[in-house]
Amino acid sequence: MDFKGKDIIAIRDFSKQEINYILNYAKKMVPFALGEKTTTILQGKVLSSLFFEPSTRTRLSFESAMNRLSGRVIGFADPTATSQKKGETLADTIRMADAYSDVIAIRHPLEGAARLAADFSEAPILNAGDGAGRHPTQCFLDLFTILTEKNKIEGQNVVLLGDLKYGRTVHSLAYALSVYGAELTFVSPKSLQMPKEIVDECKELGVTPQSTTKLDRIIKDADVLYVTRIQKERFPDAEEYNRVVGSYKINNELLKPAKEDLIIMHPLPRVTEIHPEVDKTSHAIYFKQAFNGVPIRMALLSLITGGVL
Amino acid sequence: MKSLKIPLIKNGTVIDHISSGNAVKVLQILQLPKKLTSVVSVAMNVQGKLGKKDIVKIENRELAREEVDKIALIAPRATINIIREYKVIEKHRVELPDELIGIASCPNPTCVSNFNEPTPGRFIVINKDIPRIKCYYCEREPDDIMHKII
Repeated sequence: MDFKGKDIIAIRDFSKQEINYILNYAKKMVPFALGEKTTTILQGKVLSSLFFEPSTRTRLSFESAMNRLSGRVIGFADPTATSQKKGETLADTIRMADAYSDVIAIRHPLEGAARLAADFSEAPILNAGDGAGRHPTQCFLDLFTILTEKNKIEGQNVVLLGDLKYGRTVHSLAYALSVYGAELTFVSPKSLQMPKEIVDECKELGVTPQSTTKLDRIIKDADVLYVTRIQKERFPDAEEYNRVVGSYKINNELLKPAKEDLIIMHPLPRVTEIHPEVDKTSHAIYFKQAFNGVPIRMALLSLITGGVL
Repeated sequence: MKSLKIPLIKNGTVIDHISSGNAVKVLQILQLPKKLTSVVSVAMNVQGKLGKKDIVKIENRELAREEVDKIALIAPRATINIIREYKVIEKHRVELPDELIGIASCPNPTCVSNFNEPTPGRFIVINKDIPRIKCYYCEREPDDIMHKII
């Protein structure tokens, strides 16, 4: 399978076979991501890391990934120090980065920014999140985490919890999990339920998701609990917010009836939705999940620049 | 003998089979009559073989392809008749292309295409029969594209 020069904009741009290929290739990257082995496959290659809005995990893991492959990184984490401040268009910034590098990772506050960037760049574009839009490398690493922890995605009972209405990364994940035939349960307050078109899309892929507002009723059947942050600004008043957030707080008491091998995932940053006491349990996989961003991004960088192991 | 509600035209374009009530929207999309000085005739709720329809006749103006595309968004069953010397020399049904470029802007206020980038509004057509489009950039389906026609 040849990915050289391919832009990574949205998970929906990939077939199941292509996703499988990338996930399997990422497994080979793990010892290199851990520093146990070294490689020079991207020596001489340059990544432009263009972060137009704040990021911790995504930016650091992209930069770690490129460094682990012996490539170099240029770029910025603060757009106020760039010509964008002078009114330069994104298109022109991308043209420059294209001239200076072999691959470009971009995070931008506007939806569709990565697709636009791809139209103005010969070098392949990696979408590192575009506003409330897509975040395909997060989706890849989420799938990778389930696959490595559970050995397969098909048939896993995956609970998606939190703000399912506005979080488009959860929409992409629901789509991708449906492609793999996972069983889906959506848990959210009524006002933040999964949009109908996403539920319909899952059904078209042969998965009929269950929806509920009660986490405690379904926790015992879950294989994977994927927690997302509920944002305060989504609620009309603080009292309602506190009530909802309180009911979805993951702690050891709530996890008592859970399966022994339940894994808990979270894209991070978390605020109060997972109590720190859970970190010490075998369920907590979210920091490992964050690490998995490195082998996944190594795999993608390697494949699209043509420097394959 | 059946009388014509609006007269034959010598040269120009007849847009027929506009779904009843949509003629005004068609004129709005084409920015008619303010874009030209010739006569534009409109007939609404005309009884046709397949029910009521609207008809627009534009004298001395042959519609270009990209204008036809715009019409297809709101009148997907319309037919375009090009008239020369009272004869129909070309007739075709409007058809949405696979992509619509430069005819509408994205209604999503946080779409990158609305921020002074050197790109026209661009939409992927996801259904041609009952027109459905999504923004090429942000992938959102607009609720009401009418107000965003350029």
